[in-house]
Amino acid sequence: MTSAVELQSLATQLRRDAIRMVTHAGSGHVGGAMGAAELFAVLYGGGILRHRPSEPDWSERDRVVLSNGHICASWYAVLARTGYLPLEELETHRRFGSRLQGHPARAKLPGLVETSSGPLGQGPSVANGLAMALRMNGSDARVYCILGDGELAEGQVWEAAMTAGHHRLGNTVYLILANDVQIDGRVSDVKTQEPIDRRFASFGWEAQRVHGHDVDALRAALGDDPDEGDASREATGKPQCFVLEVEMARGVVAWEGLAKWHGTKPSPKEAAAALEEIGEALGYEDFPIVAGNNNGARP
Amino acid sequence: MNIQATAKRAMRDAFGETLVTLGGENSDIVVLTADLAEAIRLDAFATAFPERFIQMGISEADMMGTAAGLALAGKIPIATTFAIFATSLGNQPIRVSIGYNKANAKICTSHGGVTVGPDGATHQAFEDVALMRMIPGMTVILPADANEAAAATRAIVEHDGPVYMRLGRIPTPVFSHPDQGFRIDEAPILRDGRDVAICAMGIMVSMALEAADELASEHGVEATVVNVHTIKPLDKGTVTDAARRCGCVVTAEEHSVLGGLGGAISEVLGATHPVPVERVGVADTFGESGEPDEILEAYGLTSAAIVASALQAVGRKR
Repeated sequence: MTSAVELQSLATQLRRDAIRMVTHAGSGHVGGAMGAAELFAVLYGGGILRHRPSEPDWSERDRVVLSNGHICASWYAVLARTGYLPLEELETHRRFGSRLQGHPARAKLPGLVETSSGPLGQGPSVANGLAMALRMNGSDARVYCILGDGELAEGQVWEAAMTAGHHRLGNTVYLILANDVQIDGRVSDVKTQEPIDRRFASFGWEAQRVHGHDVDALRAALGDDPDEGDASREATGKPQCFVLEVEMARGVVAWEGLAKWHGTKPSPKEAAAALEEIGEALGYEDFPIVAGNNNGARP
Repeated sequence: MNIQATAKRAMRDAFGETLVTLGGENSDIVVLTADLAEAIRLDAFATAFPERFIQMGISEADMMGTAAGLALAGKIPIATTFAIFATSLGNQPIRVSIGYNKANAKICTSHGGVTVGPDGATHQAFEDVALMRMIPGMTVILPADANEAAAATRAIVEHDGPVYMRLGRIPTPVFSHPDQGFRIDEAPILRDGRDVAICAMGIMVSMALEAADELASEHGVEATVVNVHTIKPLDKGTVTDAARRCGCVVTAEEHSVLGGLGGAISEVLGATHPVPVERVGVADTFGESGEPDEILEAYGLTSAAIVASALQAVGRKR
């Protein structure tokens, strides 16, 4: 079993990768990507997902739907760090010809991107459809749908939440990154979404809050009960919602919690200071930046 | 060739019946509804295949996204509701979750156009074809009668890729043969003439045939009638050949004259063989309550309107 220290190192590297990708691209969404670092590390590196990097389209894989597609920098990074993508490709993010589009595109990465995302609120419905199909096929694979808290203002999220609750999609897990930040400010100022866990519970879900930067807490919450095995969660028939309490731009104190870092690119100087503060990740090296504009972009 | 209509039947009836047959043949078919199962004639499918019938409630956007997910996992989802709700309320997930993903989902709607009648403007879809035409990779089909609706339903299930198909609510004349088949890439020529080409879609095809009879008997004008059941991808060859042969074109659609069949044909002919084009359809306006026949008359969707436009088009030829 991967140790907590190793998982935290992976998360640290994903943070570094996200900062370097967005800075090199000259645009992008760095803050949310940094806030999701521990989640991606635990999902892909902590034994939560059932998946095979050597066989991305394995039919029994758990499905991941990134509904808040704008945080894709650290998601592409974890795919590279777990063997799905060449590390060299990370520098192409958001560039013309790249497979690593500004928002995840199934057409560019078939088999890896389960569904294209970007316009908020659409992932949960697709996740439900995937879950229904898996259930019809008798598969015990799960569907994990990642959302932001600001995204919950989209009505389609609640249509989908009703659907999953009503149809008892026990193989469905929504992971909500609750950082209380959206483009125009605090989520609690723009449009209140809390109490997210109680809202989901009232829609027929099992819901709980988790410290989203604590790899042990995440692994304990998302993992199966060792005594009951992986059937324990499906037994209730209730879909699962985890409200992950996270911080925008976690890891760089001057950036943390600021709406500015939703979609602002760091200057080279800011990036250098941020990387210095985050420090190097044990056992990892930064992906190469060969320099030049489209260098490395794939046709 | 003259085609005589034998009887009237609603396309949605043929659709519902065909779904049951197809459901028995292909266990990947899943049918979804947003609280309109009876209106779209899904009850028989729901009874025969309850495990593959998904009631979504009044949530069109969620239904489209769910259909996308089912398709991406290998199912052939058929998402059904009224034309206006599918294409307006469901537009964003149709664009991204279905279209951009190239999901093999079929969006099948009834109550398109004006014939929803007394429900009024909010329920009358004049723009659904235009909206769906703009989604890259979307196939857009409007069968002309109940027999063609049955054949088209089979064809869209066999076709790999997203499809929008609009069906009519009210019984309309049945003139096509039950065994004629359906080719998505081919617009059938129902009548040959050399003076004017009438390109019609949906319920306007039978009116175009009536108009062609009247043009021949009353005005000595011989019309070609093309059944453009697939607006996208358009059979550009047949349309261009008809324009070349006849020298002018009339389009007829139960839809806005903007962005639908008239728009599509004008786009093609502007590039291939520019000739005068007259468009019969709904002007740039909302509808209103009334019986279907009253609305069709008031909004100029009649064989008489096609005749008048044909004479005008012929007069514009050089």
